Amino acid sequence: MWLSSEERAILGGEAGPAAAVAMRVLVALGEAAGAQRMVAIESAHIDSCLYHGRAGLDFAERLVAGGGRVRVPTTLNVASLDTRQPELVRLEGREREEAARLMDAYVALGGEPAWTCAPYQLPGRPGFGAQVAWGESNAIAFANSVLGARTERYGDFSDICAALAGRVPLAGLHTAEARRARMIFELPDLPAEAYEQAELYALVGHLVGQRSGSAVPAIVGLPVGSEDQLKALGAAAASSGAVALFHVVGVTPEAPTLADAAGGGRPPTTRLSMADLRTGWDELSTAANGARLDAVSLGTPHMSLIELERLVPRLLSLSIADGVTVYVSTARQLAEELERRGLLEAFRRPGVQLVVDTCTYITPILHPRAATVMTNSAKWAWYAPGNLGVDVCFGSLDDCLASAEQGRVIRERPGWLVG
Amino acid sequence: MSDRAGWSAEGRPLLAGAAEGPLLVLDQPLSMWGGLDPLSGRVIDVHHPQHGEVLAGRMLALPAGRGSSSSSSVLAEALRLGNGPRALLLAAPDGILLVGSLVAEMLYEISCPVLLLTASDYRRLGSGMHARVDLRHRLHVRPLT
Repeated sequence: MWLSSEERAILGGEAGPAAAVAMRVLVALGEAAGAQRMVAIESAHIDSCLYHGRAGLDFAERLVAGGGRVRVPTTLNVASLDTRQPELVRLEGREREEAARLMDAYVALGGEPAWTCAPYQLPGRPGFGAQVAWGESNAIAFANSVLGARTERYGDFSDICAALAGRVPLAGLHTAEARRARMIFELPDLPAEAYEQAELYALVGHLVGQRSGSAVPAIVGLPVGSEDQLKALGAAAASSGAVALFHVVGVTPEAPTLADAAGGGRPPTTRLSMADLRTGWDELSTAANGARLDAVSLGTPHMSLIELERLVPRLLSLSIADGVTVYVSTARQLAEELERRGLLEAFRRPGVQLVVDTCTYITPILHPRAATVMTNSAKWAWYAPGNLGVDVCFGSLDDCLASAEQGRVIRERPGWLVG
Repeated sequence: MSDRAGWSAEGRPLLAGAAEGPLLVLDQPLSMWGGLDPLSGRVIDVHHPQHGEVLAGRMLALPAGRGSSSSSSVLAEALRLGNGPRALLLAAPDGILLVGSLVAEMLYEISCPVLLLTASDYRRLGSGMHARVDLRHRLHVRPLT
């Protein structure tokens, strides 16, 4: 791999020990990927600030001690604690102390404490064609697919190294060649109502992710009305599979036509049937219809301002059953915006719990005896049973809220999916 | 050389080093995050065919990593605790596992070399063999004695 004189100097320690460590990691990654050279990045989003054990903390503190400082605008992903409501997360003892130290270390390195998995919902997001280094699988998928920015799958250790060096190996999804669709998915025609909800998009993402692995899929026949729908699709596809870039033909910026998405290639086509959609819908749930409900989890990925505003009147008219908590996760910046607009009251009603800086499936927030949770997030439904040991029901926002009122799981296929 | 007598092959070093030990070949890709318990060194992904196997102290062959980039942290943590594999033998390059291994080396001077094998060499690997990687990036495999 060719390195510029500046890059060689950084590797040799002339920009300090932390930058040298960062460059060493990037060179190893570049050599493994067969990169010819590095490319400058415009921004970074750091996933490493979520605590997974001592090694992550040792690395971050080594970088701080080595004079590390990010070279590009850098946002921080969700962490293990809600710093506005410290009592909400039941991490204890050494783990809690180390999780907090990890957050401090990433702020000391120059990361902006946005603590959100959806940095694309904040001002200053990258433009079309921008080279960036983002971590967090849903953010990676959104940056590549919806914004047309270019990022590989960064994450623990590699994301902060890219931010400290201000560059990454020119490989993978940073190059045009790797961004071509390798698989095509055709969808059946659905009733118009199906396209009004986010759930369809989460379901399509789930099915496409399962069938794509790490390949780039192009989806045909999917009208899209909002970024939130694409957010749901990408988050699901990056959970059931390793999708880092998807195209929706006629919708996303690199896919005005199928030929554009495929870049001259002729990838194989998979037709998703109504039966596939039903199977996907059913397999995202483990909880039985009518089971006693403990919690509803909304906002994975973090809710956008539009989603939050739409939720306000729903919450104000909701009478939540005893023993049920409705968790709503978002970025602290958006929670502050809600407060400015006088809308935060809705999230302080009995049975409602706003969560910022973190998420309900990565850190102990739910009541320890919570056994059954309902969500409208395919990503949450995919990870929570394993992470938290709960039963989960994936459903529409309407069914989530209706279940919260009844205190029981309403597990139903939506009307457009009933066969 | 026949497999019975042992064989050797050259790999591409993603992270150089020497290591040896009993071989464990995973039948499917494994996400270390949610798949490996760093405290015990065991495979804890209940959907994985080798659920319950111990990675600690083994030469670990896996076709590829899978899933979350948090696997880098989990691998580094397992290595820190002495519960990681001795080396990784891969059939496809994997930046996530490579970075986990490299960070453990930089922080703790714990070596876990990462060697990329050709598809045909990879297919010759089987659990119940002994494997050794040398500093010239050669893999030597023989039956366990």
